[in-house]
Amino acid sequence: MTAAVATRGLTKRYGPVLAVDGIDLDVQEGDVYGFLGANGSGKTTTVRILLGLVLATSGEAEVLGRPMPRAAASVLPEVGTLVEGPAAYGHLTGRANLELFDAMGSGRRGRRARIGDVLERVGLGVAGERKVKCYSLGMRQRLGLAAALLGAPRLLVLDEPTNGLDPQGIREMRELLLALNAAGTTIFLSSHLLAEVEQMCTRVGVLDRGRLVVQESMHVLQQPTGRTVVVTPDGDRALALLDGRVEVRDGQRLVIRSDDAAGLNRLLVGEGVRVLELAPERRGLEQVVLDATTDPTQVGVSS
Amino acid sequence: MIRVELVKMLRRPRTWAVIVLLNALPTLVAVLLAVTEIGPRPGEGPAFLSAVLTDGTLFPLAALAIVLPLFMPVAVAVVAGDAVAGEAQAGTLRYVLTRPVRRTHLLVAKLVSVLAFVLLAVLVVAVVGYVVGRSLLGTEDARTLVTGISGSSLTSTQLVERTLLSVVYVSLSMLSVAAIALMLSTFTDSPLGAALGALVFLIASTLLLTLDAAAVLQPYLPTRYWLSFVDFFRDPILWRDLVRGVLLQAVYVVVFLGVAWANFSTKDITS
Repeated sequence: MTAAVATRGLTKRYGPVLAVDGIDLDVQEGDVYGFLGANGSGKTTTVRILLGLVLATSGEAEVLGRPMPRAAASVLPEVGTLVEGPAAYGHLTGRANLELFDAMGSGRRGRRARIGDVLERVGLGVAGERKVKCYSLGMRQRLGLAAALLGAPRLLVLDEPTNGLDPQGIREMRELLLALNAAGTTIFLSSHLLAEVEQMCTRVGVLDRGRLVVQESMHVLQQPTGRTVVVTPDGDRALALLDGRVEVRDGQRLVIRSDDAAGLNRLLVGEGVRVLELAPERRGLEQVVLDATTDPTQVGVSS
Repeated sequence: MIRVELVKMLRRPRTWAVIVLLNALPTLVAVLLAVTEIGPRPGEGPAFLSAVLTDGTLFPLAALAIVLPLFMPVAVAVVAGDAVAGEAQAGTLRYVLTRPVRRTHLLVAKLVSVLAFVLLAVLVVAVVGYVVGRSLLGTEDARTLVTGISGSSLTSTQLVERTLLSVVYVSLSMLSVAAIALMLSTFTDSPLGAALGALVFLIASTLLLTLDAAAVLQPYLPTRYWLSFVDFFRDPILWRDLVRGVLLQAVYVVVFLGVAWANFSTKDITS
């Protein structure tokens, strides 16, 4: 597999502030990569560097195997973007906006079909004939995504794509992105919505005040932690029986240092301890993020 | 990209609103002249205005002379100041640049689009001036009045030719304003700021032209040769100031566009 996005020691300094501090991103082709971080942690700056909008102070960035921003002219036609909210020319219709954006990137051939196709995909079919200044935020977001999809990109770089969408719209967006991913499009999704990332992403990177503190596949992050959670009304008996292997006791809930859930179950039940629930412990993404970020009170993550 | 920018400019309601406003003042002047028949005496007021009461076909030139010193530069400053800053403010700049459109190409396309706007505006002013002049003002042949300085009169063909030359010259005269506003437009995300900045520069130039102590600076001020298009109507044409005017505008374009390019091509786009 080749890297869709790879950076080495990427750094951006604004005066005394290190907005991005030596990050090494590794996004493989075919990934749905969730780029997490609080507001102000450097997500958007990183995305802008990848797209050649902001120049890095030091470090290197490669997108689709070619250096950015040097190869921007050959890389960006294969990249669809939605950065920090959608933007369009308000006095024109959605369709006219797409015509302009399409004309900036490709020739006239097949334009009508391309535009009709992306409008349909994002669910803007009829609304494409209305002026953008009459659009709701959700419709603007859809139009932004439609523009990103023009030219069938290999890589989609999306910053908060579900912003402003209703639950139904969020679901449609998720299904659309997963369908695109299944068809081979790599998706780089920057977000502060953990639930969104948890449901979609195959890999996650967590940014904390400019530094990449976690970069791991979702599969690994959600592996059992080697502990087992038991819920039982017979807490005292279980405690005596397990002899110091109980790490946490919280009401009826015990966390036991053991990765052998089946053996533990047999032991407890065999000794007459009533078991309500028993399962290997898995960390949620929220826990991963909170553990990794240095000062949880500074992190505006929400799920 | 140039085509895209031209389409954007032409489809923008503001473009046409500005052009309509540009025509409002000369038309008002024509109506007032037609109603009152009080023209300025020869040599006073905007160029050619004293002659139009007798010959309405000269009104395009009078109209240009009316809008040139203030209205036209304001319109150009607004349009050119909006060029990059307006896209930054609307947020479309980041999407244009990631299409991708090369930054240098975008800048050139913006300048061409501003120029096209100027040419369009000047032409509309001239055409509207002709129609208004023919329908409201005098129909006598007053060409001798125009060429009074040189003593000989111009043929109809000459008059049309020279009017067209004036249209081109007036358009070129707007280049310095366009270049300054475009440069400022790359520094700020506020289109209004860029337009006002360019106007400040113009007002300063106009003011310094009236100051004897500023005589050393005067040949280099952008507005110095603006009204020299009157020289097209001398016989023979007095080329000296016209040539200097065009060269001066060229220098402004090179310098300010150079600065705009140097700034914009390495700028962090954070809008």
